[in-house]
Amino acid sequence: MSDEALIVENLNVTFPGRTSVTHAVRDASFTLGRERLGIVGESGSGKSTTGRALLGLVPRPGLVTAKRMEYEGRDLRANTERDWQNLRGRRMSMVMQDPKFSLNPVKTVGDQIGETARLHLRTNAADAKRRTLAMLEAVRIREPELVHRLYPHQLSGGMGQRVMIAMMLIAEPDLLIADEPTSALDVTVQNEVLRILDDLVRERGMRLIFISHNLTVVASFCDRVLIMYGGRIVEECAARDLQNAKHPYTRALVAATPSLDTPRAELATVTRDPTWLQ
Amino acid sequence: MTDTLGQWLMSEAPMSRRQAIFGRIYRNARAVVRNPTALVGLVIVVALILVAVFAPWLSLGQSPLTQDLASRLGPPSAAHWFGTDELGRDIMARTFYGAQATLTIVFLVAVVVVPIGLVVGMVAGYLGGWVDAVLMRITDIFLAFPRLVLALAFAAALGPGIDNAVIAISLTSWPAYARIARSETLAIARSDFIQAAVLQGASTPRILFRHILPLCLSSVIVRLTLDMAGIILTAAGLGFLGLGAQPPTPEWGAMVSSGRDVILDQWWVATIPGIAIFVVSLGFNLLGDGLRDIFDPKSA
Amino acid sequence: MSTEAASLDPAPPRDLGRRATGIVRRLAGLVFSLAVTFLGLTAVTFFISRLTKIDPVLAVAGDKANKQAYDAAYHALGLDQPVPVQYLIYVKRVLTGDMGMSVLTSNPVFTDLIRVFPATFELSTVAVIIGVLVGVPAGVVAAARKGRWQDQVIRVVGLFGYSVPVFWLGLVGLFLFYGKLGWVSGPGRLDVVYQATMTPITGVVLVDALLQGNWDMFTNAFAHLILPASILGYFSLAYIARMTRSFMIDQLGQEYVVAARIKGNSFWQAVWRHAFPNILVPLITVIGLSYASLLEGAVLTETVFAWPGLGLYITNALFNSDMNAVLGGAVLVGAVFIGINQICDFLYKVFDPRLRTP
Repeated sequence: MSDEALIVENLNVTFPGRTSVTHAVRDASFTLGRERLGIVGESGSGKSTTGRALLGLVPRPGLVTAKRMEYEGRDLRANTERDWQNLRGRRMSMVMQDPKFSLNPVKTVGDQIGETARLHLRTNAADAKRRTLAMLEAVRIREPELVHRLYPHQLSGGMGQRVMIAMMLIAEPDLLIADEPTSALDVTVQNEVLRILDDLVRERGMRLIFISHNLTVVASFCDRVLIMYGGRIVEECAARDLQNAKHPYTRALVAATPSLDTPRAELATVTRDPTWLQ
Repeated sequence: MTDTLGQWLMSEAPMSRRQAIFGRIYRNARAVVRNPTALVGLVIVVALILVAVFAPWLSLGQSPLTQDLASRLGPPSAAHWFGTDELGRDIMARTFYGAQATLTIVFLVAVVVVPIGLVVGMVAGYLGGWVDAVLMRITDIFLAFPRLVLALAFAAALGPGIDNAVIAISLTSWPAYARIARSETLAIARSDFIQAAVLQGASTPRILFRHILPLCLSSVIVRLTLDMAGIILTAAGLGFLGLGAQPPTPEWGAMVSSGRDVILDQWWVATIPGIAIFVVSLGFNLLGDGLRDIFDPKSA
Repeated sequence: MSTEAASLDPAPPRDLGRRATGIVRRLAGLVFSLAVTFLGLTAVTFFISRLTKIDPVLAVAGDKANKQAYDAAYHALGLDQPVPVQYLIYVKRVLTGDMGMSVLTSNPVFTDLIRVFPATFELSTVAVIIGVLVGVPAGVVAAARKGRWQDQVIRVVGLFGYSVPVFWLGLVGLFLFYGKLGWVSGPGRLDVVYQATMTPITGVVLVDALLQGNWDMFTNAFAHLILPASILGYFSLAYIARMTRSFMIDQLGQEYVVAARIKGNSFWQAVWRHAFPNILVPLITVIGLSYASLLEGAVLTETVFAWPGLGLYITNALFNSDMNAVLGGAVLVGAVFIGINQICDFLYKVFDPRLRTP
């Protein structure tokens, strides 16, 4: 079907605290081929931490262990810092949630986008600038020359997120992790950004992991979906099969999604069963 | 028996005002003891107080004032554990007695500075308007003064002595507390429980002293503890220049100064009192840092 | 898409105008603040001058003056005017540089101050340079390695800097590095040998020696300068390191630092190339504040090292009850101290990054 480039088996991420240990991710196992995989969960489900673990960016004092964690045949667990530097931005990249915070306030847009190119591709200043402008056009920013010189605080939310996408895709990575890419945006802008992301991923044939709390968006965007709860993957199914999900949490999530077509008197909520945390 | 006392103190639902107050004190004390920085600082500060109080006994019978010119500038020995100074006086005794001068200055400054700062700050914060503007302007002016130099000028005019040193130091220290009290007051002046007290007919002084003051206190105490180190250093600096406690009263800064001429050969005369200043300053810094971690972690 | 176009405006002319008036208004506020604080300072020094037990009239007229001479001097000093008027006369005098005569040197205090200030300037400037060169990297490393041994060591070193008396450290330094080890020269600014051949151009001996092409004098001056400057510098670096660490800890917790790592930056690249530029503005104000407080520390350091600067001048005047000199020095130190502090506060508020994000 598709080459399984990313193989994760029994991924565990723990944060030792003063008196107890927090298990952010428990025994997560999944693979990724040339497809779009969605990870859905609520806050604290471990979805973002999983994304960070794949890039080796779990903050201290977090500990990452796994039976297997491979990308394109190389064992990620054995990566040195140098190995990670070569991978990040170039083969694997991540689009973060809020451009207000994920862009450096004191550097220009052009500087930040160009930096990824300069780090990984053999470029000089002129070439980096050319690529940056091309990338800005690819994310459909009009007047790229102008935006190139702006600072992040001068950008709107949607523009900032597109700059972030440009910044993370300019070195042409193979795998993109999108961590809540539209959650911080106005609803009117979300679709715009999603469409740009969609086009770019398809054009470049990229693998995508789409992390979100929004089941509807993920279902429409991705081929397969993982549902996470309490650090565990409780369900894995194809996006179009969500109606037939087996785990009660997934079913509750699906049922709780409001729909304009079928109005109901009462919105369903999720009643949690503590056994799900086992 | 102690178990029930502990339970009473730690109870989540105190039955009386007394229980609530004691419970809070107990919980704060436990927090201080648990924090290693604060604990070390507290030990040092307590040691300072004990040394000042028990100086006569700790000095093993030596007097800080008895001169013995025959044995002047003697190195540390069995008779004089810290050696003797340029007039043959026992340095250990002088160091221990010197704690009294330090403690006096610190205490006096605190007693002067905290009430003034609190009153100015609370009044400015609560009344607002032009009262606030004027008071803050005055506060800012004093806040901008260089502490030591102004203390020098004061001492030059008024003459040396502990009292003048206290005045001089206090003049440049109080603004910080006014600022803190004001910002705390501003934060709570509009809150409901204050409004409730106003509706009950409480007068402004009553509101300020019974309701707002207790809430300002913890920030003020943290700041005071941290300031102590600076105050001790300034006071020692004044002592070094001959202002502050006058001879023959032992004072650490003055002792360092008198040891200055013989530093190259009889290093202990100047070094030991300096160590005392350092240790005490360090103690207050540690205690203040620890208290700040406990009571106000955001500002760390 | 129309929402995107509207928010593309970087700086339309209207906005620039508004920003300019805002800055002008702030500057006016700063000048006003400086003026008021300076007046406050002079009020305090005026008050102190009135406190003195020495009769200023006798100082001018002489001990044995008869009533006529006394009255004449009394009137000449303006002491028969009401106090507020006297204050204004005082302020006017200070602003025109008339701070009275120094009893000790028989010079106008103002002339004395100009003569001694460069020495203090030289000492403080070298000290703050040491403070920055050591303190800033130390603070960055402490923040980046927060909680680990590098952080603990740097914090301890900083803590000592807040606890140790400057005059004592100076003495111990003299004892150790001059007395025992002989690595540096002793008290004073230059060996006596050179003092005769020194022609003051700027008053800063290091610079003057270079301008004269006298390499020996330069090294000698440096050997005398290095110890007091290092002692003062230690206090500067303790403060700067602490503030740098605090600023960097804030920045290192930000998302854009993670983004920099995702792009492929190494940890230290993210620290220095991404996080550090974000603290430059508050850092510069911190350095300014440190410089101001070094002026104070200089008073005691100069006494220990017999450094002929403003601090030594004030303390000598103090020991000789030379009130004019003491107060003149206090006004100068106070004015510079106030000036630097207020300008730094102002710069901080103007460039506060928190005010930038929408």
